[in-house]
Amino acid sequence: MSFTTAVTWLVGLGVLFVAVKPVGGYLARVFTAQPTVLDRVWGRPERWLFRVSGVDPNYDMSAWEFAAALVVTNVVLLAAVYVLLRLQVSLPFNPQHFPDVRSSIALNTAVSFATNTNWQAYAGEHTLSNFSQFAALGFAQFIAPASGVAAGVAFVRALSGRKLGNFFVDLTRACTRILLPLAVLVTLVLVWQGVPETLAGYAHAHLITGGRQIIPRGPIASFDAIAHLGQNGGGFTHANSANPLENPTAVSNLLYAIVMGLLPVGLFGFFGIMTGRMRTAWTLTAVAGVLFLGMLVLYYVPEAAGNPVINSLGLHGTANWIGQELRFGTGGSALFTTSSMAFSTGSVATAQDSLLPLASLGSFFGMFVNMVFGGKGVGLLNMMMFVILTVFLIGLMVGRTPEFLGKKIETREVSLALLAFLVHPFLILGGTALAVYLPAARHGVTNAGAHGLSEILYAFTSAAANNGSAFAGLHAALPFYTAAISMVMLIGRYVPLVAMLLLGESLLRKRTVPETVGTLRTDGVLFGGVLLTSVIIVNALAFFPVIALGPLAEHYLLMAHHLFS
Amino acid sequence: MRWSFLKPALLVSLGLWLLLGVAYPLAATAVSQLLFPRQAAGSLVRLRGRVVGAAHVGQNFWGQRDYFWGRPSATLSPLTGRLQPYDAENSGSSNLGPTSRTLLVDVQEALRQLQAASPGLRRRQIPLSLVEVSASGLDPDITVGAALIQVPRVAKNTGLSRNYLTALVRLAARSPEWGLFGTERVNVLTLNLLVYRSLHDTAHREPPT
Repeated sequence: MSFTTAVTWLVGLGVLFVAVKPVGGYLARVFTAQPTVLDRVWGRPERWLFRVSGVDPNYDMSAWEFAAALVVTNVVLLAAVYVLLRLQVSLPFNPQHFPDVRSSIALNTAVSFATNTNWQAYAGEHTLSNFSQFAALGFAQFIAPASGVAAGVAFVRALSGRKLGNFFVDLTRACTRILLPLAVLVTLVLVWQGVPETLAGYAHAHLITGGRQIIPRGPIASFDAIAHLGQNGGGFTHANSANPLENPTAVSNLLYAIVMGLLPVGLFGFFGIMTGRMRTAWTLTAVAGVLFLGMLVLYYVPEAAGNPVINSLGLHGTANWIGQELRFGTGGSALFTTSSMAFSTGSVATAQDSLLPLASLGSFFGMFVNMVFGGKGVGLLNMMMFVILTVFLIGLMVGRTPEFLGKKIETREVSLALLAFLVHPFLILGGTALAVYLPAARHGVTNAGAHGLSEILYAFTSAAANNGSAFAGLHAALPFYTAAISMVMLIGRYVPLVAMLLLGESLLRKRTVPETVGTLRTDGVLFGGVLLTSVIIVNALAFFPVIALGPLAEHYLLMAHHLFS
Repeated sequence: MRWSFLKPALLVSLGLWLLLGVAYPLAATAVSQLLFPRQAAGSLVRLRGRVVGAAHVGQNFWGQRDYFWGRPSATLSPLTGRLQPYDAENSGSSNLGPTSRTLLVDVQEALRQLQAASPGLRRRQIPLSLVEVSASGLDPDITVGAALIQVPRVAKNTGLSRNYLTALVRLAARSPEWGLFGTERVNVLTLNLLVYRSLHDTAHREPPT
């Protein structure tokens, strides 16, 4: 490992580790309505907005009301994005005069950005006007993660014995107190590093070799800032954060890898502070941290060793550079990709489709479990789901009614947690099986052999996990994929979210049972170890067969120098 | 479904849209233009007042005998769908997987063209990154080694001395960011602009110091 790789990893992981508690503390201030510095700015306009909108900030919602408010707001967002994309020609800030976005792509994109997936079946730089980028998609990249954060916050409130709160208040505060101020800061650093931020049209360059090059420009920095802060991952351009216009230096690359993680790790700290169980929060952080490190190494080692077929040509070096950008180095790309898959961002600094099979396994793993911190509040929900399943498993082993945070875990809680868990493999495996069965869908792959299956599997995994990255060789604009992926994104987003809100409320209503010496402790190495093992076993049971047919089969074929035409 | 939430959902969304969907990007643009006007406009590179490229966006120099070549690019023209390297309007990679035969053929072809252009160039000297496509198709950089192995060819075709060209490579090389992050690399456009100036501007004939 090179010096720069070591420094990049140390800084990235170090900042995120240090951020757990202060960010969690700030979130706790914001979401328990304690005064913050930004109240001076936002207090008055916020009260005015609530009064005009008919929102009573002191009204506490039930779980169903909270879920309904979230879904209705997201439907409004989805409709607004769709309409803005369809009316692109008639709207301002369209210097390249792009036509209206066609309906199937507009709908797929609206669903994708409203569900915080940010799957992109289009190439931004020759499809969307600046207005569509910032006023439709940029706006969605605030509201979608803020919705997820609100749900995560409500769940933690319930766990800490508080009422769930008011969705509209949480949504607004997440935007004004957290996302917006950070987005402004990140934008300025990105511009300093060389990301364009302009409303001028594309630049025309007259090349010294005689040709011409058209250079896309736009308000790219402000778009990418919120894309990463909110774990959205929408790219201004087709190549996303691999494009030097979006990610010009190793510094911007590291900044992205860090800011994607700020909120997810902060929510773990928030959970500890709100419930008064910081030890449990650190245990969960350690479990997710171990998985993060595992994914990082799983990416780095095969990519640094390279492709054995190409390496047999006898060139200089070994590392794989296909679909990689030189300026980040293998270590920088490894950190970005691991962050993006762990925090469920889905932006890419590499061409995922050209990753070596074992390296892609890290990405698959991150999206399968979707709780290596995870994104936008939902990651914490998924972690809690696994905690409840683990507590239940341990309860079965020792023959006691399982408890978590002083509440008995009974049929209803386990059923809801299982529902939230099972939706995920059902969507991924069901969607992949259907696509493999239908000839029209099967023809959408670019690569033959086991890698073709990986392309399809990756698409459904990314959609179900609301990640949004792709093995981009898949023809995602085909009617089957735009429709199927839209469905998967919707179900994968809202079913687990509602189930977990109901679970939180159900725990809130229960009497607290006193802790005794016989109570299972949900912190420490023992519980962390069992949790880690459960996560791996449960997911291996669900996904190992398909992984064996995709990336693993491809790995062994590659070792045997077997190629497909 | 509680449609009574429709009114607050609409109005709160509208309020937030004005702030986050309109005011934020416009204000961010204004401040960026003020603080970092060059970068905000796309870090355009000018030669005698004409825009000749953008500092961060690679250009297609492959096959140009007088210039240093960048990495292969797999971008497609958005109009024809055909291969058009370094088309910045359609960034992207080849998306070929590691077990694809086409991938191997593409690498071998790039290798053949490099060796045909510079006789005597041995495989051992050629860094993998110089024959493998990037993720964006717009990678502006090559490794220092990838630039140095092209010096004999550029020297022969331009008449500039090898020592002079090696000095240009050293001049264009950038160490890792702050010495800590990323890789040492050479921006191909920067390097080729130095070559262009040397060829077209007699005042720059002297080796840089």
